[in-house]
Amino acid sequence: MTERTLLSLRVNNEEATVPVAAHRTLLELLREDLDLTGTKHGCELGECGACTVLVDGEPQLSCLTLALDAAGREITTVEGLARGADLHPLQAAFVELGAAQCGYCTPGMLVSASAFLEANPAPSRDEIRAALAGNLCRCTGYVKIIEAVELASARMGAT
Amino acid sequence: MSELSVVGTRRPKVDAVAKVTGRARYTDDLRAPRMLAAKLLRSSRTHARIVRLDVSHALALPGVHAVLTGADLPIAYGILPVSQDEHALALEKVRYAGEPVAAVAADDEETAERALALVEVEYEDLPAVMSIEQALAVGAAAVHEERPTNVHRAAALEFGDVDGGFEAADHVREDIFFVHGNTHVPLEEHATLAEWDGSKLTMHTSTQVPHYLQRALERVLELPTSRIRVIVPALGGGFGGKCDPFSHELTAAKLAIVTGRPVKIALTREEVFYAHRGRHPVLMRVRSGFARDGRITAMEFRCLLDGGAYGSYGAASMLYTGALQTTTYAIPAYRFEGLRAYTTKPPCGPKRGHGTPQPRFALECHLDKVAEELGLDPIELRRRNLVEPFSWTVNHLRITSCALEECIDRVVEASGFEEKRGRLPHGRGVGFAVSAYMSGAGLPIYANELPQSEVQIKVDRGGGVTVYSMATDIGQGSDSVLAYLTAEVLGLEPADVAVVSADTDLTPIDLGSYSSRVTFMAGNAAVEAAERMRALVLGAVAEQLGLPLDRLVLRGGRALDPGDPESGVPWVEAIRIAAASRGPLVTAGSYRPPDLAGPYKGAGVGPSPAYSFSAAVVEVDCDPETGEVRVEKVWVAHDVGRALNPLLVEGQIEGSVYMALGEALLENHAFRDGVHLGPSLLDYKTPTALDMPEVVSIVVESDDPEGPFGAKEVGQGVLLPVIPAVANAVHDALGVRVDEVPITADKVIRALRQGRVGPKRLPDFPFRDAVRVDPPAQWRAAP
Repeated sequence: MTERTLLSLRVNNEEATVPVAAHRTLLELLREDLDLTGTKHGCELGECGACTVLVDGEPQLSCLTLALDAAGREITTVEGLARGADLHPLQAAFVELGAAQCGYCTPGMLVSASAFLEANPAPSRDEIRAALAGNLCRCTGYVKIIEAVELASARMGAT
Repeated sequence: MSELSVVGTRRPKVDAVAKVTGRARYTDDLRAPRMLAAKLLRSSRTHARIVRLDVSHALALPGVHAVLTGADLPIAYGILPVSQDEHALALEKVRYAGEPVAAVAADDEETAERALALVEVEYEDLPAVMSIEQALAVGAAAVHEERPTNVHRAAALEFGDVDGGFEAADHVREDIFFVHGNTHVPLEEHATLAEWDGSKLTMHTSTQVPHYLQRALERVLELPTSRIRVIVPALGGGFGGKCDPFSHELTAAKLAIVTGRPVKIALTREEVFYAHRGRHPVLMRVRSGFARDGRITAMEFRCLLDGGAYGSYGAASMLYTGALQTTTYAIPAYRFEGLRAYTTKPPCGPKRGHGTPQPRFALECHLDKVAEELGLDPIELRRRNLVEPFSWTVNHLRITSCALEECIDRVVEASGFEEKRGRLPHGRGVGFAVSAYMSGAGLPIYANELPQSEVQIKVDRGGGVTVYSMATDIGQGSDSVLAYLTAEVLGLEPADVAVVSADTDLTPIDLGSYSSRVTFMAGNAAVEAAERMRALVLGAVAEQLGLPLDRLVLRGGRALDPGDPESGVPWVEAIRIAAASRGPLVTAGSYRPPDLAGPYKGAGVGPSPAYSFSAAVVEVDCDPETGEVRVEKVWVAHDVGRALNPLLVEGQIEGSVYMALGEALLENHAFRDGVHLGPSLLDYKTPTALDMPEVVSIVVESDDPEGPFGAKEVGQGVLLPVIPAVANAVHDALGVRVDEVPITADKVIRALRQGRVGPKRLPDFPFRDAVRVDPPAQWRAAP
């Protein structure tokens, strides 16, 4: 039996305490131990961005983060973006503008974009492109994703 | 059609909220109690005989529940009836590095991986066969030893008087092109969860074709289909890459049966590159004859496909490299010679555009070269040869609605092509191309005369409508399309319509999400089912209210006389009236394309009930120092028949442009020393948000007479013209030709030194004399 350490962290504003093996990744912890399957994997090598989550507000690739390194941290996944039943402005904009096709890159894309808009509330289109360059999408050509980030930025700035 | 309330409006997809909140469940998000994890041992050799395979140590590892080898699944299968040449696990020999050899089911993935390392395999290497040239060389190693050569399929067809057409030509030109292969890279890696309850198998799996998978499982497991249920959860992209029955699906099913436990296999990204089934490398020669005025007098294409180790869809892919050239130009005489060779690489198959982007690249670059030689404007050359709406091609394809000319006009005007061509500063250029694509293959994969798509509709007492269809939403929005069409016919909102899809137990047949068939075929079936429901409900209401039936419509949630908005009853009341007098409110519709196959062997590939048409202009900025090609902007006009939801149509256009640019400039499924050059997303470059240019999408509507509300396809056709438009733009920018894709920086630099980069010759192959086929009776040569 693999030795496990008791890990405590906050995920989407809830406390979680889980026994984990030293080599378990944050991605595995979220998906397999906490049943937060909204976070996706497209490579598990840090290449695609699908597994992006926020660790203390900073976007990180959960496939390259050891679960134990998240001890005591605040993790935000795609499930934590909405406020109750109210979608995050980014989520609403992605819905309205058709920015999710197969939807598999969407959680990572949204999480990356949310941290980006937090740091840069009124970005240019080129800044948005650069911010999302680490999140691969094969369906949309990024066009509607970039438009949705612009729309969300405009709305968030207006409130 | 001004009274339409759903069709033609921009609105979110029905599953959009589930996808942005993380609620959408994909296959690998599913778990079952007592589930085992399975892994596949893959060949480390390119081409080798399996001399010894010993799984005893793996089986003895604690936590291992079962180990399978080829002998446990000995029945061959393949997606096409003519190519049953695959085994779930290699039997006797391996034919590509990465081919599955054994499978282990264990408590968890780590244990399964440890067990894989304990499987002992002794190989005896055989010569690798890594290219078309090597496959066709005298004395080449046989990829399939029971076959006399490495030729998988070959065909030679001739329509009309080709030799006469060349004799009558004032000008003849020949060009040679090569398209390297590339692969789909759906962001979701393939996954499957198999469960066996002692008599029935249930598979949750990432497939585009649940019906065809069910048939493969039936064959390999020797189970009746009534005891096989295939369910497709949310699917994270396919692009053709999830259209074959796969080793991991058959293996997981067998492991579930053997262990009595649920078994999941989730492929790694590296394994997805080996699963492949992507774009065939194709070496092509095109020769055309032209009259002085630019009219085509004859054309011939010779296409040699590098198929990889197994058949997959290859017999069809090969024919597709010849079939659709005639759907944009009125070619009066046409010869096609095609060949698909086996090589020791992962099998190629269908990728977005299936077999047609390669010859379209060749054809559109060839035409630009011809125009230059004839001193004609490249667009004028094309205009002089355009196919007519509602006409037949020389190779027996029926063209119906066709707004190709409008597509050309719109894209040329929007881009300022004529003002820019040849006039931009050195390094900048514009390129143009057109194309056409099928709205669904006219014939099913296995011969039958049954409907290709059926839809059932049920209405409950509260007025809720449920649509049942096996059509598989792979991200393109087919669930949404079914909801829109049903809501439109029944005068409801899409939110009132639930869609149950892609479950072989619950839903009636649809052949799957391939060949751009779903909107057209499942859409027509849904419209028919909804119209029957409307007739049923309105008939009952007319009777009850004593109103003439021909005055009643369903609109805005009411059954009413449109001349009297106060008349009629709300939908919920209407369906209660109908249920009381008519019984269960259940209807069904179906669609089978008209019989369109011509009278020759191979005629099953190419016919479609309708074709989409596209025109593209690409503007590039090339750096003559580094060879880097940067796409500045893309304009596309696409004849979609009717945009059922312009938002989704634009999404498909943009996604197709993106995928085309990746193929044109970056993506290369390449091999070195018998192994994949870089089976990872770092090494296999796909465009990022930084690489993607602005896209101007122009939606053209030709209102197809047979499409649902006039709709045709949009998922694939747009990819086709973009690749040659890039190549033509590079030529406009630098005055040199790169006649192979991807157009990488090193090729641009070499082209700047030597004028052209591209293949110089095709290997010899003794094609049989072409089968001569008379043009269809309806066909007439251009005057």
